[in-house]
Amino acid sequence: MSKYPVKNREIMQGSIAVAETIGALEPGVIGVYPITPQTHIVEHLARLVANGAINSRYINADSEFSAASILYGAASAGVRSYSASSSQGLLLMTEVIFNMAGTRLPGVFSAVNRSLSPPINIQVDHQDTMTLRDSGLIQIYVENIQEAVDTHVQIYRIAEDREVLLPAMVCMDGWIISHAYEPVTLWQEDAVKEFAGSYDPPFKVDPRKPLTYGALTDDDKITEFKYMVDSALCRTENKIVQAAELFREEFGNFHGDVVEKYYTDDAKIIIVAMGSVVGTIKEAVDRMRAGGKKVGLLKIRSFRPFPAAAVRELLSGAEMAIVVDRSFSASAGGILGSEIKANLYHQNGPVLFNYIAGIGGRELYPHSIMEIVQESETAFSKDCVPDGAVFFNLNEELL
Amino acid sequence: MKGLARENYLAPGHNACPGCGVSIAVRLILRAIGNNVIVVSPTGCLETFTSPYGMSAWEVPWVHSLFENAPAVASGIEAALQYKGNPDTQVVVIGGDGATFDIGLGSLSGMLERNHNILYICYDNEAYMNTGIQRSSATPMGASTSTTPVGSKSYGEALPKKNMLTFALAHNIEYVASAAIAYPRDLMNKVKRGLDLKGAAYLHVITPCTLGWGFEPDETIELSRLGVQAGIFPLVEYENGELTRVRKIKELKPVKEYLGSQKRFSHLEEAEYENVKESIKEIVRQNVKKYGLLER
Ligand SMILES: Cc1ncc(C[n+]2csc(CCOP(=O)(O)OP(=O)(O)O)c2C)c(N)n1
Ligand SMILES: [Mg+2]
Repeated sequence: MSKYPVKNREIMQGSIAVAETIGALEPGVIGVYPITPQTHIVEHLARLVANGAINSRYINADSEFSAASILYGAASAGVRSYSASSSQGLLLMTEVIFNMAGTRLPGVFSAVNRSLSPPINIQVDHQDTMTLRDSGLIQIYVENIQEAVDTHVQIYRIAEDREVLLPAMVCMDGWIISHAYEPVTLWQEDAVKEFAGSYDPPFKVDPRKPLTYGALTDDDKITEFKYMVDSALCRTENKIVQAAELFREEFGNFHGDVVEKYYTDDAKIIIVAMGSVVGTIKEAVDRMRAGGKKVGLLKIRSFRPFPAAAVRELLSGAEMAIVVDRSFSASAGGILGSEIKANLYHQNGPVLFNYIAGIGGRELYPHSIMEIVQESETAFSKDCVPDGAVFFNLNEELL
Repeated sequence: MKGLARENYLAPGHNACPGCGVSIAVRLILRAIGNNVIVVSPTGCLETFTSPYGMSAWEVPWVHSLFENAPAVASGIEAALQYKGNPDTQVVVIGGDGATFDIGLGSLSGMLERNHNILYICYDNEAYMNTGIQRSSATPMGASTSTTPVGSKSYGEALPKKNMLTFALAHNIEYVASAAIAYPRDLMNKVKRGLDLKGAAYLHVITPCTLGWGFEPDETIELSRLGVQAGIFPLVEYENGELTRVRKIKELKPVKEYLGSQKRFSHLEEAEYENVKESIKEIVRQNVKKYGLLER
């Protein structure tokens, strides 16, 4: 018997494991719209509702835009809500997500990461969720199925904390996490529910206490409203750390808090990445360490709030930092790379390399990572560090 | 009238223009509903003139999220109330024609099709008024707006108004009706009927706009009445898809009188636009026939 509230441990598909976890949390309102590779999650939730296993109101929306708006409505009425989407669907939700953050309504989304059109492609990269980064949304990127499950258990108590009250998104790579099968521990419903707590917002729409939601403000007040979103998201950093610690105590698993470090202490070279490629990078680090190279990995778990202090602290001792980005801002480099760079300014920190790689599902193997490290080391030793980001492994013949 | 709230749930002091048809409509609507309600409004004039921060005119809970999602937000609220076991609180959307006919049409269709227990009220001032009188698909043929100006190659809006009642009826909902602020008792009865029936209901209310249509602020009610009496805005009621009630007209007022009382149609007086006026008269003839508007 485990001392932790294990329900069962079995080989499961990532989407099903996440849907089972959401089922255990039983959000009052679920708003859905299909898009690959997210669909297995909402299909499984539909089965749970159809079988009477959960009591949620399951709403087949007319678009992702409406699905997100349904969450807005439910959250404003004080009920916990959930949706999942990918790629184009997440972009269609964008206007609503800014709106939820601005009105401080904490719906939860699973984002199953997928490339954006064109060309249309259903494989993983991070362009979809990274495009939402300025909204005020909490974003946690997970590495594997177990972390996806555990982060969904943690996310409601973070988002619904009265000092936070922001929408939140668990970002999990399409296919590599959503469709892979791995041994997974699922947790007992009551333990999961207890960990999440209940959604008890200070304000809600209620005829007994009529309030106005979504008022109009002019320049005399709007900056303050925006500032409050910014500071709420900053406060979230601590809540993520606390949730991860408490989860470790009560469930025994730990996947990092806002970041996870892997052999960073004495590392001369630190690779920075998020999502499933982190597992691949860990393998590459092990191999390079076996060859005597002092290399480590900094996994960014919370991209929003951005863990600026942890990034500065952990990278400060390294000679080189190599950011592997699965998204970019055209003409301005990798998005994660740019933010890491901005946070190292005036820090006398490492020389920064930024690779844009793994776009639209292009496979990244341990040897790809080792190649990136090798290339960066050569450039470093020759003192010819590239000015901006580098697209890894471009096929020149197609250009 | 029995069962009406005495209170005014749209507080005075809001920022509507003098003679605004929307504020009159909303005051009547809220009197008919009472205060056990959650109102959702999309972006538009109503939202703007009622909700400056710290000066809300709403005495009932009111939510504004975006221009095109009020039906979906209302769906989420209704689902949340059901989940909490609070089915007595009414959920009502009050939104403009642009939000209804155009940008929120998909969201509205989803809400009607899923048959949420929501009364959707479109206040129709026949253009995007909040942003400066641009045309919407509710703008009638021949009307000059800031995006359908009159010129050597334009007589104003070129297309006839979209028929939202037909659109609503296509969703097989229990209740579809139209009303006008010149007939307050009828308007409030229809609000009540829409609330009484379970499931989604659609109510269309014509709200003349002094700025957008071009008339004096003290003529709002008169213009609303004239639109009905000229056969431009038939007042009708459908239950379960059947036309159950029509406000009959003794004698049709001339279309010319209706057009002539608004600046947006003033160019139509010129002889060269005779065919446009003919088309508008044809729309009235069809209304008369379709709804049996004339008393006999
Ligand atoms: C997505 C989006 N597009 C455009 C706008 C700008 N906008 C705000 S209100 C409005 C017009 C509203 O028209 P209607 O629904 O007819 O209401 P009215 O102002 O006439 O009362 C427009 C175009 C917006 N707020 N959001
Ligand atoms: Mg309008």
